[in-house]
Amino acid sequence: MAVFGSGSRIGGGRGPSFGFRFFCYAVVSVVLMFYDRRGGWLDTARYGLQAAVYPLQLAVNSPSAAWRWMQESFTTRETLQKEVDTLRNQLRDQQLMTLRQAALESENATLRGLTTAMPEVIEKRLIGEVINVEVSTLRQRLLVNRGGNSGVHRAQPVITGEGVLGQVYRIGPFSSEIILITDSEHALPVQVLRSGVRSIALGTGRATALELPYVPQNYDVKVGDVLVTSGLDGVFPFGLPVARITRVERDPTQPLAQIYASPLARIEADREVLFIWARPGHPAAPASPEAMTVEEPKPAAPVKPAPKPARKPAPQQAPQETPPATTPGTEAAPTATPGTEVTPAPAPSPDNGAAPPPAEVPST
Amino acid sequence: MNLARREPRWAVAFTVLLALILQALPLPTWLEAVRPSFVGIVVIYWAIYAPHAGGIFAPWLAGLALDVFKGEVLGQNALAIALVAYIAMSFHQRLRNQTLIQQSLFVFAMLTLNEAVIWGIEGWSGHAVSSAWRWIQPMIGAMLWPFVAMLVGRTHVRS
Repeated sequence: MAVFGSGSRIGGGRGPSFGFRFFCYAVVSVVLMFYDRRGGWLDTARYGLQAAVYPLQLAVNSPSAAWRWMQESFTTRETLQKEVDTLRNQLRDQQLMTLRQAALESENATLRGLTTAMPEVIEKRLIGEVINVEVSTLRQRLLVNRGGNSGVHRAQPVITGEGVLGQVYRIGPFSSEIILITDSEHALPVQVLRSGVRSIALGTGRATALELPYVPQNYDVKVGDVLVTSGLDGVFPFGLPVARITRVERDPTQPLAQIYASPLARIEADREVLFIWARPGHPAAPASPEAMTVEEPKPAAPVKPAPKPARKPAPQQAPQETPPATTPGTEAAPTATPGTEVTPAPAPSPDNGAAPPPAEVPST
Repeated sequence: MNLARREPRWAVAFTVLLALILQALPLPTWLEAVRPSFVGIVVIYWAIYAPHAGGIFAPWLAGLALDVFKGEVLGQNALAIALVAYIAMSFHQRLRNQTLIQQSLFVFAMLTLNEAVIWGIEGWSGHAVSSAWRWIQPMIGAMLWPFVAMLVGRTHVRS
């Protein structure tokens, strides 16, 4: 400090030197970093700080919001008419697709040996609007105008109409930061819809690509396959569409195949996202931490028989020709580590039979 | 006392806020990759030309705002920017006598230091993002320095 200290004497008699003041601020910064890393009381401070920068973020957003408003207000009648037509067509298609939904649901319930059909796994949803702010250049994050005041919580699934978008990473009172599934720090347990192969989809840091690095060579994965969430992470419910496989590279000298997928959710198209709440106890609900650790402690053993039969319904939704039940587990095992450091929710220990739903399932 | 009143405190606050907004402005991906640390550049300017107006507190606060903005570990940008401001203040007399082009070399070094500190802290906290763009951004910042310095220079009367 003495080396740089010369400049501080210019103003003479204006309190402590720059060197000393810098030292103080540096100490404060280091203490902040240390406690922020450890979590705890600083989270509440951060919650307040998020609120403090929110007006600034809104200010940054306002030019693009104004531009969009202008565009919307000056659309011609023809454009609107065209839009109404496409929407009407879409609605008809969707209605056709859901026409047999009720029948299928009751059929599904019969197959599962239940007397009544299960309600939808998504219990509640909340629409949020993306705030057009550059959160971080090198990461895949989004800022959305819903936060703690709307009941949004940490590690909450966020989807769009097309598929999974990401999960809530940080919240403030009025806003929340979403980590996208394409962020290089995000990992998502997925399952191939067609063959039931389970793996982990890692973000690559690019908006258009996901990577599945832990799939052995001989597993049944093809280009065009749709990936859905497997529900083993304790965050996302089972069966939400995630991505479509775009490239499968099998190098015979390597034990694992190189697989890439492109996410289905598009954020450029519409600026709205959905926060969802899963129905607790539903077979497709995300595995709760209790259900995952149930194998470890001895006292919990009596509870085990209950979740076991409940496990059955979930795989039924996938075709029967799944690979032997042990293989997805073993294959997912090495990935547990990336999962732990990424997903805010407790990481799964997938090979323990991974019984997601807790005991209350049979009662429904 | 009289001296203190002439410090361009409002200009500091205004330009730093503007830099923060520039930092957060959504840009197309190709432009976004080369966006330099505007906050860093503005902080270096004030450290050289009015070291007592903002002191180290203003840069530190701007860095903290950046941390909250970007959702990064609290204090990482704050520490990096405060360090840059401190070094720039220490050399401010020598730097004032240099041309803008000569200064941009110093700006390049400082912005690189800024990135290096952030990168180091990210590595420590386990969130390091290694991208070549990170090291290109200071170069862009150094190239923009003469223009930014001229613009910011219009907000106050140089003593």
